[in-house]
Amino acid sequence: MSKSHNLIAGSWCATIVSKTLSLRFAAHIAEKVLRTPITALLLISSIAVSSCSDNATAFKSIDITGAIYGKDFNISDQNGVPRRLKDFEGKVVVLFFGYTHCPDVCPTSLSELVKVKQLLGVQGERMQGLFVTVDPDRDTPDVLRAYMGVFDSSFIGLIPTQAQLKEIADDFKIYFKKVDGKSRTSYTMDHSAGTYIYDARGHLRLYAKYGMDAASLAHDIQILLRQTH
Amino acid sequence: MKLNYFFLTAVFFSHSALAQPVTVSDGWVRATVQGQRATGAFMRLTAKESAKLVAGSSSAAGIVEIHEMKMDNDVMKMTPLTNGLDLPIGKTVELKPGGNHIMLMDLKAPLAVNSNVSVTLTFQDAKGKKFSQELNLPVKALTSAGEHKR
Repeated sequence: MSKSHNLIAGSWCATIVSKTLSLRFAAHIAEKVLRTPITALLLISSIAVSSCSDNATAFKSIDITGAIYGKDFNISDQNGVPRRLKDFEGKVVVLFFGYTHCPDVCPTSLSELVKVKQLLGVQGERMQGLFVTVDPDRDTPDVLRAYMGVFDSSFIGLIPTQAQLKEIADDFKIYFKKVDGKSRTSYTMDHSAGTYIYDARGHLRLYAKYGMDAASLAHDIQILLRQTH
Repeated sequence: MKLNYFFLTAVFFSHSALAQPVTVSDGWVRATVQGQRATGAFMRLTAKESAKLVAGSSSAAGIVEIHEMKMDNDVMKMTPLTNGLDLPIGKTVELKPGGNHIMLMDLKAPLAVNSNVSVTLTFQDAKGKKFSQELNLPVKALTSAGEHKR
């Protein structure tokens, strides 16, 4: 899959290069200066190749294209609607795990995603935020509906059953663990805090570590949107 | 007259802040939605003499704990600091999103933006003597990223 994407990106770059007058002009100048057409050609092709590979692989997140995990899910959202990955075809999906009783990591990740959407402008409509709770006992549909509404009403909260939670954690290679507190209700959840990003065809492409800034995420999402326009 | 009163109040508060062994600044609590029964309190603490933050309590929460947050291989882990949080002399220790924080748990009611939450912090000095300070912290939006003054 990675190769095919690179091929697409490569052919896209080749088209751009062949049509770029400025590069031809640069070749012309280089030829004049260097007086050797072959050197000039090498110089220009190296510029073209490096700029192309920048476009194809310059993700700020970790490129996990071709990953055999995290392929799909079937979990109800905060309104009781069953959701699968294919429901979001045509959109870049940004998915991460958390819980509402989380004091700062989860609200910070969600706030960043709100910023990402703003940075994307009109393209923001082609990004779908998905928040999967690792704490379905406390994150009831009512709680999650109110919580997601504070950030962005287009973001979807997924509430797995305990069995589905184990399944999705395995499928998505994420870690979660309940840490008992002083009272029955004051437990906390340790959990993976990274973000998975899918392209608009529903293929898992990127993993962003916790703390990645909104501008970098928006940059990566724009590349994915361009590739699957 | 009103202005004089304002100045008097300002002088009184700045004086009382100076008199406290631990200066607390930029404190805030993250708002919650209905049904969400835990949140974090964040602030900057500067102790005049070496001390430890050892406990907390609040009329708004059943349990108040001092938590350490760590990222371990991109997994968020929270642990109560059972031995307290060290406040070295004169050094500002920041409780901020993504780091150590005060956890308010078993909240009695949702915390609305622009309301205030009373939190009492208990410290312990180098000789083991305990003392408390009461704070009145503003509640900021759930979406706040912790805009501390840098």
